[in-house]
Amino acid sequence: MKRICILALLMFSTSHAGTLDSVKKNGKLKCGVSTGLAGFSSPDSKGVWRGLDVDFCRAISAAIFGTPDKVQYVSLNAQQRFTALQSGEIDVLSRNTTFNLTRDTVVGINFAPTTFYDGQGFMMRKKDGVTSAKELDGASVCTQQGTTNELNMADFFRTNKMKFKPVVFESNEEVNQAFFKGRCDALTSDKSGLASERTKLKNPQDYVILPEVISKEPLAPAVRHGDDQWFDIVKWVIYSVIEAEELGLSSKNIDTFMKTTNPAIRKFIGLSEGNGRALGLSENWAYNVVKNVGNYEEIFTRHVGNDSPLKLDRGLNRLWKNGGILYAPPVR
Amino acid sequence: MRRGLDHKLVHWGKRNLFPNIAQSMISILMLIIGCGLLYLIMNWFLINAVWKGDSSACREASGACLSFIREKYLYILFGVYPREHLWRPIVGLILWIIFWFHFTKKKNWNKSLLLKFPTLFFIYYFLLSGGWGLSPVENHLWGGLPLTILLSTVGILVSYPLGILLALGRRSKSKLLSYPVVCYIELIRGVPLISILFMSSVMLPLFLPNDLNIDKLFRAQVAIILFSAAYFAEVVRGGLQSLPPGQEEAAKALGLNYLQTQMYVILPQALVQVIPPTVNTMIGMFKDTSLVIVIALFDLMGTAKSSLTDASWLGFSIEAYIFVALIYFIICFFMGRFSQQVEYEFKLSKERS
Repeated sequence: MKRICILALLMFSTSHAGTLDSVKKNGKLKCGVSTGLAGFSSPDSKGVWRGLDVDFCRAISAAIFGTPDKVQYVSLNAQQRFTALQSGEIDVLSRNTTFNLTRDTVVGINFAPTTFYDGQGFMMRKKDGVTSAKELDGASVCTQQGTTNELNMADFFRTNKMKFKPVVFESNEEVNQAFFKGRCDALTSDKSGLASERTKLKNPQDYVILPEVISKEPLAPAVRHGDDQWFDIVKWVIYSVIEAEELGLSSKNIDTFMKTTNPAIRKFIGLSEGNGRALGLSENWAYNVVKNVGNYEEIFTRHVGNDSPLKLDRGLNRLWKNGGILYAPPVR
Repeated sequence: MRRGLDHKLVHWGKRNLFPNIAQSMISILMLIIGCGLLYLIMNWFLINAVWKGDSSACREASGACLSFIREKYLYILFGVYPREHLWRPIVGLILWIIFWFHFTKKKNWNKSLLLKFPTLFFIYYFLLSGGWGLSPVENHLWGGLPLTILLSTVGILVSYPLGILLALGRRSKSKLLSYPVVCYIELIRGVPLISILFMSSVMLPLFLPNDLNIDKLFRAQVAIILFSAAYFAEVVRGGLQSLPPGQEEAAKALGLNYLQTQMYVILPQALVQVIPPTVNTMIGMFKDTSLVIVIALFDLMGTAKSSLTDASWLGFSIEAYIFVALIYFIICFFMGRFSQQVEYEFKLSKERS
């Protein structure tokens, strides 16, 4: 089935040049998001989409139109997302999608830089006093049957020469219930998922998510093959959000830099020209992104970090300077 | 007067609940279970419920989180429909309710309905989509109850006549007509609705040219119509077969042509015969529209599900699902009652004649 889909894709896909032009002509960016994932893309009580993935849609809109609100959100499930991108139903996919080789090649999409490094982790009760996954020798661990989580966990314990007792269940709900009722010492799943399970509890502060990440789930926005200019725009909007944090620019302070002599910042906010012309955007595109949406730290803190109920640790998603792996090439 | 009532009640209880020892034991057991359940529900829903406050107050309490419903009911009912235009779907729904009560009165069952129904539908559609002075709201912003009502009413309105045609086609003497119809009906009945929805939303766009984008809602609506038409066809065929062949022969003998025979003799009798299964199919179809969630349309069920993913209000699924279940129940209950009423009226008119 999957193969037929891909074949059909290859047969029927023509090049989609001119996405920027069509976005400008429509007056809105069509952005593919999830059907609801806490912290990443989810409608709030007023029906407004919010989340980390949503903010990258808003950032692209700000870069093109100067305002973050010209976005049409198209919610897609896992099966629909690539078709929607291929068939032109959306211009960019920003939907917690893992970057991997197959998707980058035969599925016919190009991945922009990773916006969130997720990965499998462990959650424990705080009173057990465990601070690292390396101390889990002999622990019983709850997980869902037949998932990659189960395999990753087995690999992790084997390579670290530790013993463990897997406690597996059919459904995700059962797994979580078992852990919170004390059937096992630890719970393993993707870290963002662990965090959102934790917020459902009466006493979230009694649980701790261990710092180790034992699998790679880089979540990245994507565009379709065949329009390099559009790919460049999406790519550099994401880099600009990361670069802004590194330069110390935020939505609150960026206006105070209008007379700066720092050449990197002058180039970034468009006081010295060149970046905008190269991308086919206005010179103040990056200024608009940061002013309207914020830098990476602001986006992260707002939706999944300390200002959100999820309270995720930045972990790998710190800047390279601070021990993470977020690294933007020079924006010049 | 009061004493009389008490006496009646005691008498009723004696006769129905405690006629002999075995029955009495069962009655007592059931009463205990019933009271226990009622106590638990009252406890959860009223005594320990949280009416005000945020999600952390709800997590502290052991009862229902009604403040979740207070916070989210507009979103669950209307989805991401722009809040400043919310009066439009509300007026639309009120019109449907008024029409419904109008429709349940027997004196209104006449040909004018053929005009009223489409008119109402166009007003409803116009209210939702805008134009002619109302600011336009694109249909990807429609959601919740208005979308469920739209999908199911249009579905029933179009697929029921289509089903009648298919049923007649299946019984046609021309093999060139009846074989394709049989194939169609068997094919559609042989696959689940979910796979037809998937085909329409995932496969179809791949085979269309890139600049041709058929609207997602439209594709889903067509899929629902095609699906339920096959079911209506079989229901109607059951009615057609239940009539004695003498009816058709008599009509022919009177010199009526095929169309007249079906219109005036066969269908009026056949359709009345199958009112219960027809309403059954309609109720099933109304509930089946919730499957559009698999193609990421936010109908009533979809909005309820996505309301659960708000990071500030995680984990109140029981409340959300009960809220939605109540709405579904009310609508289905009235559909069921209506079918009983229709049956009763037709039985009455048959007895009179």
